[in-house]
Amino acid sequence: MPKRTDIKHVLVIGSGPIVIGQACEFDYSGTQACRVLRSEGLRVSLVNSNPATIMTDPEFADATYIEPITPEFVEKVIARERPDAILATLGGQTALNTAVALAERGTLERYGVELIGADIEAINRGEDRQRFKDIVRTIGGEVPSSAVCKSMDEVRKAVAELGLPVVIRPSFTMGGLGSGMAHTDEELDRLASSGLAESPVHEVLIEESVLGWKEYELELMRDRNDNVVVICSIENIDPMGVHTGDSVTVAPAMTLTDREYQHMRDVGIAVLREVGVDTGGCNIQFAVHPETGRLVVIEMNPRVSRSSALASKATGFPIAKIAAKLAIGYTLDEILNDITGKTPASFEPTLDYVVVKVPRFAFEKFPGADPTLTTTMKSVGEAMSIGRNFVEALGKALRSMETKAAGFWTTPDPEGATLESTLDALREGHDGRLYTVERALRLGATVEQVHQASKIDPWFVDQIASLLELRAELEDVPVLNAELLRQAKRSGLSDRQVAALRPELAGEDGVRTLRHRLGVRPVFKTVDTCAAEFEAHTPYHYSAYETDPDAETEVAAQPDRPKVIILGSGPNRIGQGIEFDYSCVHAAMALRDAGFETVMINCNPETVSTDYDTADRLYFEPLTFEDVLEAVHSERASGTVAGVIVQLGGQTPLGLAKRLTEAGVPIVGTPADAIHLAEDRGAFGDVLSSAGLPAPRYGTATSFAGAKRIADEIGYPVLVRPSYVLGGRGMEIVYDEENLAGYIQRATEINPEHPVLVDRFLDDAIEIDVDALFDGEELFLAGVMEHIEEAGVHSGDSSCALPPITLGRADLAAVRRSTEAIARGVGVRGLLNVQYALKDDVLYVLEANPRASRTVPFVSKATAVQIAKAAARIMLGATVASLRAEGMLPAVGDGADLPDDAPVAVKEAVLPFHRFRTREGKGVDSLLGPEMKSTGEVMGIDASFGKAFAKSQTASYGSLPTSGRVFVSVANRDKRAMVFPIKRLADLGFKVLATAGTAEVLRRNGIPCVVVRKHFEGPDNIVDMIHAGEVDIIINTPYGNHGPRIDGYEIRTAAVAKAIPCITTIQGAAAAVHGIEALTLDDIGVRPLQELQAILHKSRA
Amino acid sequence: MLTAALVLEDGRVFPGMPYGATGSSLGEIVFSTGMTGYQETLTDPSYRRQIVVATAPQIGNTGWNDEDDESGRIWVAGYVIRDPARKPSNWRSRRGLDEALESQGVVGIAGVDTRTLTRHIRESGAMRAGIFSGAALADKQQMLDAVLASSQMVGADLAGEVSTEQTYVVPAVGERRFRVAALDSGIKSNTPRMMAARGIEVHVLPYSSTMDDLLAVEPDGVFFANGPGDPATADHAVALAQGTLERRVPLFGICFGNQILGRALGRSTYKLRFGHHGINVPVIDRATGKVSITAQNHGFALEGEPGERFDTPFGTAEFSHYCPNDNTVEGLRCLDAPAFSVQYHPEAAAGPHDAAGLFDEFVDLIQLCQPGRVGQR
Repeated sequence: MPKRTDIKHVLVIGSGPIVIGQACEFDYSGTQACRVLRSEGLRVSLVNSNPATIMTDPEFADATYIEPITPEFVEKVIARERPDAILATLGGQTALNTAVALAERGTLERYGVELIGADIEAINRGEDRQRFKDIVRTIGGEVPSSAVCKSMDEVRKAVAELGLPVVIRPSFTMGGLGSGMAHTDEELDRLASSGLAESPVHEVLIEESVLGWKEYELELMRDRNDNVVVICSIENIDPMGVHTGDSVTVAPAMTLTDREYQHMRDVGIAVLREVGVDTGGCNIQFAVHPETGRLVVIEMNPRVSRSSALASKATGFPIAKIAAKLAIGYTLDEILNDITGKTPASFEPTLDYVVVKVPRFAFEKFPGADPTLTTTMKSVGEAMSIGRNFVEALGKALRSMETKAAGFWTTPDPEGATLESTLDALREGHDGRLYTVERALRLGATVEQVHQASKIDPWFVDQIASLLELRAELEDVPVLNAELLRQAKRSGLSDRQVAALRPELAGEDGVRTLRHRLGVRPVFKTVDTCAAEFEAHTPYHYSAYETDPDAETEVAAQPDRPKVIILGSGPNRIGQGIEFDYSCVHAAMALRDAGFETVMINCNPETVSTDYDTADRLYFEPLTFEDVLEAVHSERASGTVAGVIVQLGGQTPLGLAKRLTEAGVPIVGTPADAIHLAEDRGAFGDVLSSAGLPAPRYGTATSFAGAKRIADEIGYPVLVRPSYVLGGRGMEIVYDEENLAGYIQRATEINPEHPVLVDRFLDDAIEIDVDALFDGEELFLAGVMEHIEEAGVHSGDSSCALPPITLGRADLAAVRRSTEAIARGVGVRGLLNVQYALKDDVLYVLEANPRASRTVPFVSKATAVQIAKAAARIMLGATVASLRAEGMLPAVGDGADLPDDAPVAVKEAVLPFHRFRTREGKGVDSLLGPEMKSTGEVMGIDASFGKAFAKSQTASYGSLPTSGRVFVSVANRDKRAMVFPIKRLADLGFKVLATAGTAEVLRRNGIPCVVVRKHFEGPDNIVDMIHAGEVDIIINTPYGNHGPRIDGYEIRTAAVAKAIPCITTIQGAAAAVHGIEALTLDDIGVRPLQELQAILHKSRA
Repeated sequence: MLTAALVLEDGRVFPGMPYGATGSSLGEIVFSTGMTGYQETLTDPSYRRQIVVATAPQIGNTGWNDEDDESGRIWVAGYVIRDPARKPSNWRSRRGLDEALESQGVVGIAGVDTRTLTRHIRESGAMRAGIFSGAALADKQQMLDAVLASSQMVGADLAGEVSTEQTYVVPAVGERRFRVAALDSGIKSNTPRMMAARGIEVHVLPYSSTMDDLLAVEPDGVFFANGPGDPATADHAVALAQGTLERRVPLFGICFGNQILGRALGRSTYKLRFGHHGINVPVIDRATGKVSITAQNHGFALEGEPGERFDTPFGTAEFSHYCPNDNTVEGLRCLDAPAFSVQYHPEAAAGPHDAAGLFDEFVDLIQLCQPGRVGQR
C-alpha cells in the first residue's frame, strides 16, 4: 500500500523539556519523524517547548512552534496551521496525553484533524489499565490479578483480597510516576493516596505483586496492512520491582528458550492487534515466573518509547523513522532497510552481539532522597554498550557511566562490608547493584545465594562469577601473556581494571603499553540488523576483542576526505544533557557540509548523535581514554584524522583533552593547555589580572584551616566548591564558620590535587551568562543572557532572558570587552562561555568555560545564528570573518546588538523534585542553590518579556494563575521591593494571603490582605492551605542569611506536591507579575520560529 | 595454544576451543541467524551433514530440556559457536548443551570469531568444512585434505538417512477428522503435532515407501516433509508426489516438500549461495500482499520468478510466495489440482508462528476435496 494522498500537512507534537522518564530519546524519534515526513514532500508543523532539541532547529520543519505543549497552545497552533493530521506517538507521554486532551475538548473534530499512528480509542485501550487487562484476557493472555480503584476505600477493599505486597500504578502517568510497591499498610496509604493525586483521572491500579519475576520487553511495529514484526527483545537483569528505566537491561533476551520467546511474541502481537495501534511502534512489558514460566503481560505503551530508542540503537532498525513512514500509509515491505539497502523493513532484526544498558542516577543531587529503586523511575540518563558477549558489553557499559566506579575493582569496597550485609543489600534494587553482586560473590557467596537474595537470574550472576575466576587467574599468573590479556579484554575488562590487579604494570598506561606490544587490540564490528547475512552500508561500529588474532575489522578505508572525530557527552546527567548532544550533532552537520568526514563517538542511546544518519561514521563506545584512543587508532588506520573535537560534549570529552594531547592525538579548537588556563583557578586568576578584570576574591584550600583563613579574609558569605566540576557539583554558599567546617567534612576528597575553592559570594548581584565565538583574532558575542534570579542560583537552574532585559549599552560594552580579553588571554579557538555578576556597576568574572555551554541551543534559536556549527568550523580553521562572508554568521553585528523589535526569549529550568521522596515518604527540598538540580529546560519566545515569561512558566510546570490567591512571605530586606509587584497582583484581582510581618507592610501600602499562620504556628496554617488547594501562587523569599535559607521547606515541598508556582526571589516575583499581566491583558498567540527569526534576518540584511 | 580448528575447503582456518565431543567432523558449513532455538535447530533432520554456525554469540544459556527436540537425536554434523554458557538457566533445563552434544558424539568448536566466519561464508558461499579437536587436530594440510575428500552437498541424497524405519502414527487430538500420510524425508516433531491439533491422524511413513504404501493408509491428504540433501536427487519422492497429484489427493509440502512438488510439476532446483537459515525471514503472499515472518532452513530453492504462472501436466500452477530479501520462490500453488507447498516452516520450532495458518489451509483443502476424493476407505 503506497503513501496516503489525503495527508499533505502533519503536525508533530514533541515531548517538551527533559524530565526523568522522558529524555532526549524523543528528540531522536521526533527528529527522525520530521526528516521522513518532509522528505516525503509533506508540510510539517512542529510544537515543542524544548529549545535544546535538534527537532526544533528551524530547518527540520516548515513551521516550528517553540510553544508550551498544552492543549490550549497546541489548539492555537492547529487553528493557525490547519494540519490534516497529528502525529503524537513519537513525543512520549506528553504528546500522547495532549492528543487525548485535544480529542476530548473537541479540537480535533472542530478542525477536522486526524490522529495518525494510534487513534484515541487505541490510546485509551492501551493506557487505561483495566481495559488493557481485559484485552489481554480476551486474546487468551494472562495478567496479574488487580483492581482499579478511585478512592482509598476501594484501595483497602482490593488489598483485603489480594494481600500485601501490592503494586500501585496510577493511570496515565509517565515513567511510572507515583507508582510503587506497598509492603505495609502505611506504605499503602502513602503510595495509593499520592498515586490517586498524581493520576490525571484520579485512578490507581492495585495489582498482585510479581516482585522478583523475570522481566522482559518487546518492541513491535505494525503497518496498516496488519503486518507485525518484533524489532527487539529486552531482558531486565533487575527483576520485576525495579522500573525498566532504572534496570540494567540486556538485548536480546538471554535466558528464554525459543518456545517461551515465541509464546511472548504471539501474545505481544495479539495484544497489539487487539489494542488496535494502526501503525507504528509499541512496547509491551512481560513478567515471567522464574520457576513455572507463567507469563503475564504487565503493560503496553501504544507509542514510541525510551525502550524503542534503545531498541533502535541496539539493532540498527530505526523504529521512529519507520513509524513515521507507516503513519503516512506505507507498509513495512515497501520500506527499504537502510543498512542493507536491499532488503525490506518487513523482517525481524537478529543480533550477533550483546547490548547492555545501564541507568545513570543523580541521588547525590538530592540529599535525603530515598535511593531504593522501585517502580517509579529515578534515573536521569543511561549508557548503552555493545560487545560480542555479555561480560564484554557489561564492562563497557559500567565504564561508560563516568561515575567513580568504572567497572569492578576500580573503587574500594564499602567499609565493613560483610557477606551477610552484602547479601542483605542485594534484596533491594539500588544504584550499582551489580557491583554488590560481584562483591557478594567475592566475599564467598554462591551463585545460588546471590540469586536468592536478588532474584537476578543465575545466568547473569554466573557471568559475573566468571569474571572473578578470571580475576584470580590474572592475579596469580607470574607473567601476563598475550593469551590471558586477550581473555581479559574479551571479558570486557578495561586496562584500568587489569592495572588494579597487576600493580607492577604501572597503572593503566603500563597495561596499554604492554597490550599494544603484545598486539592485543580490539577489532571493530558493525551493527547491521542481520548478523552479517547481508552486506551493511552504514558504518555503525563497536569494538570487540576476539580470541583469533586474525579477526577482521570492518572499518572501511577512506583516504579521500580528512576526518574529524567528535566526542559526545555520554549518559545524560544533571548538568550534562541534551544541550551538549545538540552541539555535537551540529558540528557533524556543519563539518560534513564543509567537506570533512565526520566520526561520532558516544555511548548514549537516547541521542540524535548516536543515530547512524547523523555523522558519516558512528562508534558506539564508552568515552573513556582507552576506548577513545582505540577508536582514534582505528580511524587513523583507515585515513587521515584532521582532528578530534572535545569542546562540544561537555565536561566528559574536555576531561580527556590533556591525556589525548599527550598521546599525540590532534585536538582541534582550544588546546589542552588553554583549557587548563580557564579551569585552573590560579592560572585563570592570572589571566584576569593581566587583563585588568575584576573577579570575586577567592582562595584555594586543602584543609579546613586554610579555608577558614580565606573566608575570614574575604568575608562571609562564601561560595565553596571542588575544582573541575560541571553542574555545580558539590557547590554551596556558606554563611558562617560552622557551616564551612561541615562542608569541608562532607567533601571527602580534598587533597592537593583536588583543592576546594573558596570564593566571595556576591549577594544580590545580577548574573549574566555569555556565549561567544573566538577565532584567535575576532570575537563574535553570540548571546548575552540576563538571569532572572540573582547570582547564587546555579545558571542551569535559573531562568534567563535574551536579549538581556535590564542591561544598558555600557553594561553590554563591558561584557564584550571582558569576554574578548578572556578569550584572548586563555587562547580560545571556538566556543567560550563566561558567567559574570554585575553588582554596583562592577562586572565581576565568575567563571569561564572554554567549551560549548548548556545555553548554546537556546542562544542559537533566540538569535537565529547556529553557533555550534560556526564553532566547529572555527576549530577546523575558519575565521569569524570567513564565516560572515559565507553566511554562516551574520555579515555584520552579533548577538549583543539585536534590533529593538527582536523577539524576547526566556529560558526556564525544569526540576525533578516531585519524583523524589525521603525514606519516610516526605518530599525533598526544592530550594535552589549553587548546585544544579534541573533536568531540562523550556523556552518561551514572544514579542515582549511578559508574554515570553508566561509561556516559559506554562511550558515548564503548568501555568501562572490569572486569578485566585497569592501567598506572600518575604525576607525583611525584600519587603520594600515586594510592594509594587504585590500591589499589581491585588489590582489584577488576586486575593493576598500573607504572614503577619509581611501583611503589616502590605497593609500600610494599601494592599488588603489576610493573615495566615506559619507552618509551625498550629493548625490551618499555610502548608495545610496549600495542600487543600487554597493557594494558587506562592512568593516566599528565604529570610536573609543562614538558618532561614532552609526554612520554608514545608511550603516548598507542598508547592511541589500541588504543582503550583513557588517563587523564591523578588526578581522572580516581578517577572511572574509581568507574565500574569500578559496572560490577563493580552491574548497570547503563537508564532513559528521561522517567522520570529525572519525579523532578525531582515534587520541584518 | 590451538586446541580446536575449523578448516574450510578454501583453506581458511578458524581457531577455537573444543566444545561438546572432541574429534573430527565433516560437513557443509552454513550459518543460522536465529537468536533462540538451538535445541530445535540441532535436532532438525534437515541439518544432516551440515556444520552449523550460530551467529548469536551466547549459546547454551537455557540448557537442554526433555521437550523441545524436533526429532530423536541431534543431526548436525558439527556446531560452531562463540561463547558457550557456563551455567544453563531455565526452569525446564535438564542438562547443559555441551553435555547433550558430548553424549551424542557431536563435535563442536567454541571461541570462534563467528562474525568473520559468517561474512566469509556470505561472500564465498556455503562450502565443505571440518572441525578438528583433541587427537584429530593435525597439521593444516592434513585437515584440509580430509575436508576436500568429503562429499559435496550438491548431489547428496540424504532423505533416506534421516527417515523413520517404521511407520508410526500420531493420533489426532480430540476427534479424528482426517487421516494424512506424511512421507518422512526428515520430518520435525512439531509438524505432525500441528496437524494432530487440527484433528488429523498423521501416519508418518518411511522415505522408501511406495505409492501403494501411501494409499494403503487411505489418506485424506498427503504431506511431503522437510529434509536434508539435494532435492535434485529425490526422484523417488517426486514420483510419489506425481502419483498423489494424479489421484487428486490433497497435497501439502514444506521445505524439501516444496521442492518435491515443484519438481513433480516439472520445475528444477538450484543451490543458493549460502541459503536461508534463520527465524526472521520475511515471506510475502502474492495473493494478499501480507508479510509473514518465517523460520527457514534451506540451501536449495526452486527455479522461478515470484508470481510466475506455468503449465504443468496437472494444470496451471503459480509461485504464490516469495522472499523479498532476494526474490527466491517460497511457495507454490496448483490452480487446477488440490496441492500447495511452501519453502519455509509453518511448524516453526524454532521460529515465529506467523505461518501456522497454512495447516488450517491444508485442513480446508482436505475438507473441500472430501466428496470426490480417490482412494476410498
